[in-house]
Amino acid sequence: MSRTLLSGNEAVARGAWEAGVSVGVGYPGTPSTETLENLTRMSDVHCEWAPNEKVALEVAAGVSMGGARVLVTMKHVGMNVAADPLFTLAYTGVGGGIVILIADDPGMHSSQNEQDSRNWGPFAHVPVLEPADSHEALEFTKSAFEISERFDVPVIVRSTTRISHSKGLVEVGERVLSEAPAPFLSDPAKWVMLPSNARCRCTSLNERIDRLAKWNATDGPDRVEMGSTELGIVTSGVCYEYVREALPNASVYKVVMSYPLNERALVEFAASVDRLAVVEEADPYLKTHLRAMGIDVADVSVPIEGELSPAKVAAAFGGTLPSTRALIADLPPRPPLMCPGCPHRSVFHALRKAKAIVTGDIGCYTLGALPPLSAMDSCVCMGAGIGMAHGMALAGQGKAGRPIVAVIGDSTFAHSGITGLAHIAYNGGAGTVLILDNRITAMTGHQGNPMMGLTLMGEQNRQIDIEALCASMGIDHVRTVDPHDLEAVGSTIAEEIGRDQLSVIVFCAPCALLIREKEQPYAVDEEACTACGACIKLGCPAISKTSTGIAATDITVCVGCGDCVQVCKFDAIVPAGEACEIGGV
Amino acid sequence: MTTTVVLAGVGGQGTILAADVLAKVAAAAGLDVKLSEVHGMAQRGGSVDTTVRFGDVVHSPLTDLGYADHLVAFELIEAARTLRYVRPGGRLLVNTRTIDPMPVLIGAVPSPEGLEGQLQNEGAVFLDAEELACEAGSPKSANVVLMGALSAGLEFAEELWIDVISARVPSHTVEVNLRAFRLGRKACIEGECML
Ligand SMILES: Cc1ncc(C[n+]2csc(CCOP(=O)(O)OP(=O)(O)O)c2C)c(N)n1
Repeated sequence: MSRTLLSGNEAVARGAWEAGVSVGVGYPGTPSTETLENLTRMSDVHCEWAPNEKVALEVAAGVSMGGARVLVTMKHVGMNVAADPLFTLAYTGVGGGIVILIADDPGMHSSQNEQDSRNWGPFAHVPVLEPADSHEALEFTKSAFEISERFDVPVIVRSTTRISHSKGLVEVGERVLSEAPAPFLSDPAKWVMLPSNARCRCTSLNERIDRLAKWNATDGPDRVEMGSTELGIVTSGVCYEYVREALPNASVYKVVMSYPLNERALVEFAASVDRLAVVEEADPYLKTHLRAMGIDVADVSVPIEGELSPAKVAAAFGGTLPSTRALIADLPPRPPLMCPGCPHRSVFHALRKAKAIVTGDIGCYTLGALPPLSAMDSCVCMGAGIGMAHGMALAGQGKAGRPIVAVIGDSTFAHSGITGLAHIAYNGGAGTVLILDNRITAMTGHQGNPMMGLTLMGEQNRQIDIEALCASMGIDHVRTVDPHDLEAVGSTIAEEIGRDQLSVIVFCAPCALLIREKEQPYAVDEEACTACGACIKLGCPAISKTSTGIAATDITVCVGCGDCVQVCKFDAIVPAGEACEIGGV
Repeated sequence: MTTTVVLAGVGGQGTILAADVLAKVAAAAGLDVKLSEVHGMAQRGGSVDTTVRFGDVVHSPLTDLGYADHLVAFELIEAARTLRYVRPGGRLLVNTRTIDPMPVLIGAVPSPEGLEGQLQNEGAVFLDAEELACEAGSPKSANVVLMGALSAGLEFAEELWIDVISARVPSHTVEVNLRAFRLGRKACIEGECML
């Protein structure tokens, strides 16, 4: 056995592998993504990216029904998409164990909302385990497979950003190899959820959860660490670490199984301390359940939005905070931005000029909402932009010189945009849908997807032909444009938004980060530059406005995509070499 | 005793690799260690802070204002932004490079002035990591230059760093990175980056 530095995600992958998992399936989403990418590197496991989380869980259901162990991974919002199969899989139960890693993002480092995935436990009647660090992420993933098979139910392992993306030392073990599954024997009472069967399985589910609660009370993973009996803290996940650091003398009840709770032990713990408080992030999940059990929980003002930290916990319990240095005020914010050479940039540049109402979606292209592009009016959830464009038209918008345009990335289109487009086609809607096909799922760090066909196992498979797909829906106007041809971008958008029919424009060029060889960078010819600011409006990190208003480029950042050259009416942006010769940058 | 190091920079500057090297050195020295980083949206040219904590037993992967012992700032504005994490008396190691964020590039807000002076008043030690990285053979090794500079203020043996870096960076870049590490370390030990 050796001590290895692993992130929470790596540890979940390792735990699943040690538990003999045969298949890993999921959809990327920060902070869960690297889990499957790591599992792929281990031996004798087959991993797949699904088009979305619902499909991922359904594939997992099949693996389980076929008798093998399967790990499913997603971010918190992914579980909303996969909720439909989850609720009924709790009824059917499992064949091979199903463990679902859900990674929450309190503080919204990389998400559109905050959700507390512990709530799926009582909602769907599935057990939830909460590791606090990498070591536990490995251990509890392993035990989750045992619990899943022993109690015939899928198990959720709930992580958060500070577990998934923190690294800690882990003792790794060996893989336990399970036997190949026996040939499938039909069992409709278990797997065919007709109402008559489902009623029986509903009763059985309640019994299974009861048995699990009893097991949790006798052999469960929760832990009590007694210190002073003046204050007792009930906590779980990474908050446990904050509590240990901020309140070293307090007695701590560390919840590991947050559904079903070990009620008896919690009541006993409450009785053993003078004052009991709860420390948790996101929803008051434990607090609500403890109060429902009749436990007297002190009102301590631990913040409920965003993330906690040791100091926030200390402050909530009246601890003194260290003195800090003076604040250096008026620092410019540093929002994320589109990379130099990003193929999305020119599309938003054109949409802004067209004064379009843009119902957007989620991906790198959401950065088109930020200045100076400022050309996106909504971003709700994956796939929403297409349906919302249609809804805006139904509300009577889109006249008054502001056409309605939906913008969606390739991975997002495969995830949940295709059904939205089918809706507009079916209901006779109009509007323009722009598919920004950068040949990759970029935002989450470059995963393959069904549009471009590269699988998680590294195979180049079928690609979806967007034009043919749209044609099959009866959409007559579908065009593909190179987003680095700014003239074509502008004119195609102008033509298609002028049409009173549904049209689709596919902007196809690879993500700038996929291009290894940079083109020759550009510089500004200071004499030719009129300080008109046209290139600045592109929002390229390689271009800046100097104090005189003239533009400048940073040749170490520029990748030579040439978008700026095309917006400059004065031929002032020239290959870097030439500018140096004429005395420019 | 726990030592806390904050690495602050801009997405793409290699803070995550640097933090990983530091954490592995601490682990190789037999200490408990935790590292916390942020991926995803924030990485696209946004501010990226990474925390590494090591000691006998480390609980929280996160730190807070006023608790960090060392700050390694890969960029001047980020140095100013994260300065308050460092306790009074803690060590501030600052790369003199500035990367203007988008609001500055487009002229929406002015580029902050006098940051070096303000940081100097707080006791910052400056280093031109890009210059040393170029001397080492590649501007991309600036993150390792900064690890070299940091190493001069930590108690880990130089061999541990050398071993970890050699194992962690792509094999064809080992030599450049080791040169970068030694240049950064030497700059700090010999006082060139001291006040
Ligand atoms: C339901 C759900 N699953 C996953 C995510 C995480 N996520 C956000 S954007 C995105 C993919 C974006 O890819 P694409 O549409 O190709 O745009 P790109 O980033 O390449 O521009 C993912 C996986 C999410 N926000 N919601």
